[in-house]
Amino acid sequence: MAKRSRKQHRSKPEKPQRSTPEKQERSEESASAPAPAPRTTVSAVEMGARQREISVSEFFTKNRHLLGFDNPRKALLTCVKEAVDNALDACEEAGILPDVTIKLEPVGNGGPPPAASQATRFRITVGDNGPGIVRQQIPPIFAKLLYGSKFHRLRMSRGQQGIGISAAGMYGQLTTGKPVQIISRTGAKSPAHFFEVQIDTKKNEPLILEKKQIDWESPRGTQVTMEVEGRYQKGRASVDEYVEQTIIANPHVKLTYLTPEGETKELPRTYDQVPESPREIKPHPYGIELGMLLKMLQDTKSHWLSGFLAGDFSRVSPRLAEDICKAAGLSPRARPRDVLGQPAENLYKAIQATKIMAPPTNCLSPIGEQAILAGLYQHLKGDFYTAVSRPPAVYRGNPFVIEAGLAYGRGPEQAQADQQKQAIPLAEGEEEHGNEHELARVIRYANRVPLLYQQSACAIFKSVLDTTWRNYGVTQSRGALPAGPMVIFVHMASVWVPFTSESKEAIAEYDEISKEITLALRECGRRLGAFLRRRERAYSEQSRRDIFQLYIEEVVDSCNRLKGGKLPVAKLKEQLQKMAMKVTGGIKTDEVLGKNGSGPEGLPHSIIVTPEGIEGEVPKVIAEPSPTANGNGPHSAGAKDAEASTVTSKTKTETEAAKGRGHGRARREGGGRAAHRTKTDRRPRSAHATAASKARARRGKG
Amino acid sequence: MAAKTRKVTTVEKKLISVADVVIDAAQRRRDPTLSIPVRSLSNVTFDEKKGLIELGKRKQARSFFNVGMAKKFMQTVLVADALCELQRANLTTSLREIYYRTKHTIRNSHENTLDTQDESDPLIEDLEVTLAALREELHVRAENAGSIVGPLVLVDDGDTVDCARLGKGGYSVPSIVEPEYLEIRRCTADFVLLVEKGTQWNRLSEDKFWRTHNCVLLTGNGQPPRGVRRLARRLHEEKKLPVYVLVDNDPWGYYIYSVIKQGSINLAFESQRMAIPKAKFMGLSSADPETYGLPRNVGIKLNDKDVSRAKELLGYTWFQKKDWQTEIKRMLSSGLKYELDALANKDFQFLTKKYLPRKLKEKDWLD
Repeated sequence: MAKRSRKQHRSKPEKPQRSTPEKQERSEESASAPAPAPRTTVSAVEMGARQREISVSEFFTKNRHLLGFDNPRKALLTCVKEAVDNALDACEEAGILPDVTIKLEPVGNGGPPPAASQATRFRITVGDNGPGIVRQQIPPIFAKLLYGSKFHRLRMSRGQQGIGISAAGMYGQLTTGKPVQIISRTGAKSPAHFFEVQIDTKKNEPLILEKKQIDWESPRGTQVTMEVEGRYQKGRASVDEYVEQTIIANPHVKLTYLTPEGETKELPRTYDQVPESPREIKPHPYGIELGMLLKMLQDTKSHWLSGFLAGDFSRVSPRLAEDICKAAGLSPRARPRDVLGQPAENLYKAIQATKIMAPPTNCLSPIGEQAILAGLYQHLKGDFYTAVSRPPAVYRGNPFVIEAGLAYGRGPEQAQADQQKQAIPLAEGEEEHGNEHELARVIRYANRVPLLYQQSACAIFKSVLDTTWRNYGVTQSRGALPAGPMVIFVHMASVWVPFTSESKEAIAEYDEISKEITLALRECGRRLGAFLRRRERAYSEQSRRDIFQLYIEEVVDSCNRLKGGKLPVAKLKEQLQKMAMKVTGGIKTDEVLGKNGSGPEGLPHSIIVTPEGIEGEVPKVIAEPSPTANGNGPHSAGAKDAEASTVTSKTKTETEAAKGRGHGRARREGGGRAAHRTKTDRRPRSAHATAASKARARRGKG
Repeated sequence: MAAKTRKVTTVEKKLISVADVVIDAAQRRRDPTLSIPVRSLSNVTFDEKKGLIELGKRKQARSFFNVGMAKKFMQTVLVADALCELQRANLTTSLREIYYRTKHTIRNSHENTLDTQDESDPLIEDLEVTLAALREELHVRAENAGSIVGPLVLVDDGDTVDCARLGKGGYSVPSIVEPEYLEIRRCTADFVLLVEKGTQWNRLSEDKFWRTHNCVLLTGNGQPPRGVRRLARRLHEEKKLPVYVLVDNDPWGYYIYSVIKQGSINLAFESQRMAIPKAKFMGLSSADPETYGLPRNVGIKLNDKDVSRAKELLGYTWFQKKDWQTEIKRMLSSGLKYELDALANKDFQFLTKKYLPRKLKEKDWLD
């Protein structure tokens, strides 16, 4: 950035440059001055004296909105998010089931701490049970921008650039003057190190204010504390929402959230598999630009061009490398460093014109259908849950996987409450269902990180809008979200998620990405449609019976009055009721309602919850030894017990067996395309077949 | 009111027959079904000879064991029950009171038998057609929405009413004007003038038009209620008075005229007793603005609804007379409609002093 502006300056010396931050301020000043003084001309020498390098840290100090620190509320969220992202990345890479604690405390400005909603300063503490950080790496990781392990490799991770946590620390430093405090320990036998660091914004180098060895209760892990200016407000895009959404997409994480209001929220782990560690890959030739190719040609360790192509890219075999060289009119034996200018451009074109296999996909670690289902089921109220993992696809040479999930309904508790709430007669103009116009909620994730801002700029949101939900029995007005009690979950896992900005808020719309999202949503929609139709059918059967039952009373009473009260009422009623039974198909209603415990037919990777019980492979809640482990999610332990007790014994054993199967398979999750397909095909069919045959047997007996 | 040894009236028997339908069907294990004549354009025919719109033979079945109809069936029985109660108590009531009488929450549910009056009103019409009983016979009355003034003497509930001595306001026409309730003792008028709007009726009444031209002035304030139509019909029938209709010059005015003349589609079954096939259309005709020099600027542009309604009228069999086709087409081609009130543009008393006298003199009306 600095370099470019200088170049610009040289070519147009008479115009004051506008792009450097200092100059920008100056020009603003002069713009606001009422009467500009006669123009003083500035010589190139004078200008040259003003020109100097700008450090990244200085640049971001002035442009903090680019990193998500635009306003105090968002800044608080961004700080928490960066710290948690780092903690989870570290744990997963080390194969540890993450156990993360987030603590927010309001800090008084020289007085007692104010109420959470009034506070303008917060102390954020995020601790994990990860592998810890070696002593000498602590200062640069937390107090040097663009320092990290993730930028230089193509591997799926939450963090990408190595800006996040140090930017958060810098933001704290800017707004409160307080340094970042870090405690880290790499194992029970090693000492815990305490650091207080600040960033030297001019040099983009860490300043160590204090370092010492301390006693720490955790045997392993890292804890970072920073004090920042912020605002705590619940609702959309709040820290609370971030926590809630994080746990949905990361059911393998145990989260403890100490809110600024002094509450402790324990979000238990509901899935006990660490996501398979994604492998690092080399860039795919389709994914690079000419400039990048030039740089790679200079940096390579290979001596031959063909060796460079085969060695530094994925999916380029030595034979293919020679073909590319031939097509570009270059010798395979050429020294890569000598390929410059036009030949390099020819090479680039030849690469684009050659057919190259799609990149390997083992660099991705999708969440997996079972885990998504577990996350949705544990943390959202609903009657129906489903999850879809698409096979890997590629955009611009970057492999990616789209996963979608859906939770529909208000949950069986609400349904029961609705049934009970029927006492008050309705007056004219009153409606039976109050709030039917609520719109669906879309929760978006990129590499398991919830995206909370810029929803409407995001490819995910647009794909949700573009899906014709009406086909699946959900109402949707033109250009709007579908209506109904519904949460739509979409996750993109990729080695490089194309964000529209550095603050990672929205995914850019590549056709390939939009297409995959749409396909995943459609599959979710189809299953939802099947569920809704099934439920509708059962409802209508039942309500038909109910209607007749209700109306029979009225009709008989009226007839009796018409006949002057001389009618054998009971007889007439009985006759009519018999007919009602015949008309509505007798006992069939119970079957259709699924009261006899058959699984959700034709609905793979789905869970259906009714007041009578649960169908599908219910993910089990992992028993935590912690005494306070009664989750704060909607399905708290009490509710769970109540639900479980209503499930018939048969269903219970069935689902438990299914659980075992599910977990066994989930372990093998993350294989190639072929493995994926056989897996998805096998599971539903086996579960379905047994349920169906059982149902058949039962019917036969009856 | 009713004597203890009251006989069961025919209407009451008809209402009880609804209960019998249910009981018989239940005994025979059949779905209780009422067959109700269809009240729509497709099931009416225009008898050109009689000049009446008549109900066709098509019927719809309303069965109880059908999800779509169960509620309606229940409501129908309920309304029949309420109507029977009226018969037994010998009371009359309004549509709205029937609605309230039949509305309650169904036992063990939060569902109401009826939610709005819109549900019960058509059921009463259904019963009227099905049982071939008029609304008056069912003891259901409409609002007193009409007025009458002129040289006639009526006897209402034993009170003698001289409609020539009722000042400007006239006599408020009750909704039930059957001979057993209202007797026309004497009438010396030469014709009946039925005016669409109260404003013009008031003007004529104030100017004592009925005295200068020896006529009966009637108004129904818009679409005339059944009482007004029935009274006009009785005057026409019993006293052999010609009936002239004065309405706005718009499709709705035309339709009001046609309802008076041939009966309405919805209540085609009542045409026999309501329609006045010899009624004449006095105005406002689409030719009047030119004839009477009404300036174009007192016209109102026809809106889309007006235009489509007018086109519908052009298709009705009873508007096929050549004069009527010309009349309606003239309005469409001018693109304007005129209210009766627009006549005031010339003079407040233009209607009384110029328009009607000239119309009557020239016999300038449509049949």
